[in-house]
Amino acid sequence: MPSDLPAQPRPARVVFYNDPKVRSIAYQLVLCTVVALLVYGAARNAIDNLARAQIASGFGFWNQTAGFDISQTLIEYSSRGSTYGRAFWVGLLNTLLVAGLGIVFATIIGFIVGISRLSTNWLLAKAAGGYVEIIRNLPLLLQLLFWYNAVLKAMPDIRESIVIPGGLILNNRGFFLPLPILKGGLGFVELSLLGGVVAAVAFYVWARKRQERTGQRAPVLVVTLLLVIGLPLAVFALVGRPIGFEFPQAGRFNVAGGIEVLPEFVALLFGLSIYTAAFIAEVVRAGILAVSRGQSEAAYSLGLKPGPTLRMIVVPQAMRVIIPPLTSQYLNLTKNSSLAVAIGYPDLVQVFTGTVLNQTGQAVEVVAITMLVYLVISLTTSLIMNIYNRRMALVER
Amino acid sequence: MTMAEGDLAVAEVAFVRRATIAPRPPPAEMTGAIGWLRANLVSTPFNIALTVLIVLLLAWAVPEIVRFLVIDAVWSGSDRDACLWTVQHREIGACWPFVWERLPYFIYGSYPIPQRWRVDVFFLMLAVGVVWLLWLKAPRRDLGAIYFFIVLPVVSYILLTGWSAIGLEPVDTVLWGGVLVTIVVASVGIVFSLPLGIILALGRRSRMPAVRTLSVIFIEFVRGVPLITVLFMAGVMLPLFVPEQYSPDKLVRALVGIAIFASAYMAEVVRAGLQAIPRGQYEGAMAVGLGYAQMTRLVILPQALTVTIPNIVNTYIGLFKDTTLVFIVGIFDLLRTIEVARIDPKWATPVTSTTGYAVAAIFYLIFCYGMSRYARAMEARLAKGGRR
Repeated sequence: MPSDLPAQPRPARVVFYNDPKVRSIAYQLVLCTVVALLVYGAARNAIDNLARAQIASGFGFWNQTAGFDISQTLIEYSSRGSTYGRAFWVGLLNTLLVAGLGIVFATIIGFIVGISRLSTNWLLAKAAGGYVEIIRNLPLLLQLLFWYNAVLKAMPDIRESIVIPGGLILNNRGFFLPLPILKGGLGFVELSLLGGVVAAVAFYVWARKRQERTGQRAPVLVVTLLLVIGLPLAVFALVGRPIGFEFPQAGRFNVAGGIEVLPEFVALLFGLSIYTAAFIAEVVRAGILAVSRGQSEAAYSLGLKPGPTLRMIVVPQAMRVIIPPLTSQYLNLTKNSSLAVAIGYPDLVQVFTGTVLNQTGQAVEVVAITMLVYLVISLTTSLIMNIYNRRMALVER
Repeated sequence: MTMAEGDLAVAEVAFVRRATIAPRPPPAEMTGAIGWLRANLVSTPFNIALTVLIVLLLAWAVPEIVRFLVIDAVWSGSDRDACLWTVQHREIGACWPFVWERLPYFIYGSYPIPQRWRVDVFFLMLAVGVVWLLWLKAPRRDLGAIYFFIVLPVVSYILLTGWSAIGLEPVDTVLWGGVLVTIVVASVGIVFSLPLGIILALGRRSRMPAVRTLSVIFIEFVRGVPLITVLFMAGVMLPLFVPEQYSPDKLVRALVGIAIFASAYMAEVVRAGLQAIPRGQYEGAMAVGLGYAQMTRLVILPQALTVTIPNIVNTYIGLFKDTTLVFIVGIFDLLRTIEVARIDPKWATPVTSTTGYAVAAIFYLIFCYGMSRYARAMEARLAKGGRR
């Protein structure tokens, strides 16, 4: 019985400052106090300094007239009639445009180079390796300046424009592409495109189910191409090709008509795509190498050909390894698009943190809004990635 | 029976070779240079096409680069006229006299000429520190770490900014430029990011909720925004946050921005290293009675940092490339001095820009490629240790 045991001496109570719990609370209190004091001090100083410099605070500037021009606007914008808020949206859309196109090109180049590095063709593998080593070891800013100042600005001037057959004009003011002009009757084409996509998805689902049930495979790729591209093209021809092109005309002093693509945009798109592609190539290479050889050997011994092995065995498993770092490369590309400010492409940072900040002087608000935009993009993406990772994670025994 | 006997008789006369024939060498076209070519360059029609394509590409690009940098390059001259198109000199390559004349500017910026020996001493001291730390067989590498992380920053600060009391004329940071600024920004990032990154990484893995939350907020916030906005924040907001009389100069603001940015990235690299340490190491350290500080310093960090050295060096490569961004907030780093020099009317020619960028490319390529080779060698070394 417990009461029979000799009374154990109670362990000496730890002095309160040696108690881990008390200590941990004390440390945290000290840390929070220091941080709070720092923030408070910074805020006090900021208020004093702003008052002394007579700079307004708050977000009142958002609805004031901007009064400056922007060289590329995807939405309606004019220096007289538009507000700083409008300028913000113009800048944000320009950032998203260059980032979106950059992601497409970087992915294409990156996958080609990454797979080339693993090619059995010695020359191809070495060339791809050289590309990755050189591009990754040069600062992006240097590459952007090179594309902009040494390549695009060195193009011939307007009178000696390079005219590429098909209506493309290149000169030091940028690229000029033919502008498609839509006429009536195009509604049918759009409808048929929509119908084609729906039918293709339905066919894919059906083919997959049938393959799971019977093992028979359907020509999914051919049918999809026919439905999504062939059908709209056929309808397009049937309704009498309701589209025309306005070709750019090089004059003595400027180019009339067509779509004007700014050299800043081209340089930024080139630079971002080529730079990020080198990193994506490494991601792809690592992903493919992560699939153990046994997987493809097992596939060969089951009688699969190299093509289907790559498509059905290696790539799906490699994608699991590739996608998380690939997403962080996409985020890097989006963040790096802020280097636009160095070559004058009107992205969010150039328009908002540059011009708007200089005009209003409201550094705290402007920088905070800009950072918030990038933070929202980053955090949303990583949230989606976390969900994806949880779903894709290997379920082991 | 007779059948069997007959068979036996046949077996007796049958000849069975006792010794194996020496293996014949593989066909000549499968070995040696030809075999290698067949296997690696022309194994399928598709491969032949690829090989031809790349050979054509190289045949176009390599002579073009050599032509620009060497054959058609201009090697002497005193101003832009030397690098302009003339009837005698139709093809113009790189304009080297421009680089030659502006080289001091690319290295020192506008640092006063009589004081430039101080910059040279700084470069030398830095080189000693780097070799001491990176060369694994160097003696007393612990002293090297103290030298690199404590002595070097203090001495170089005094040396470069000047201190009238010991006869070093003060030099305003506005005058600094070129390679000097690039190296200073990179070194400050390297020296500050590792300790700060370790503290943040430990904070992120701490069991105290306040410490953990603050670390996570800092790290995720800085990693979620582009460096250029951090530099803008340091450039325009830092002066607002301190009393007017302490307003830091431009270079210091950029350095603060770089240090903040680099330490957030370093924190994640260190955290990866910490996560690679098995639980047993923590438990073992606690079992022998080590406190948190001792455990971290003596058991956990040495192992965590060692396994993650390649990643640390890769972060440093990124940091070194990112130093070019101070260009945008008006600091005269190497890229900016080249940018200023290339539009100087004295040397403005169609080839000046490309020449300037080629110089910058060679500089960054040497440094970054060197670092990545080092990281790879370390990786190989560590892999060898792990295979035992």
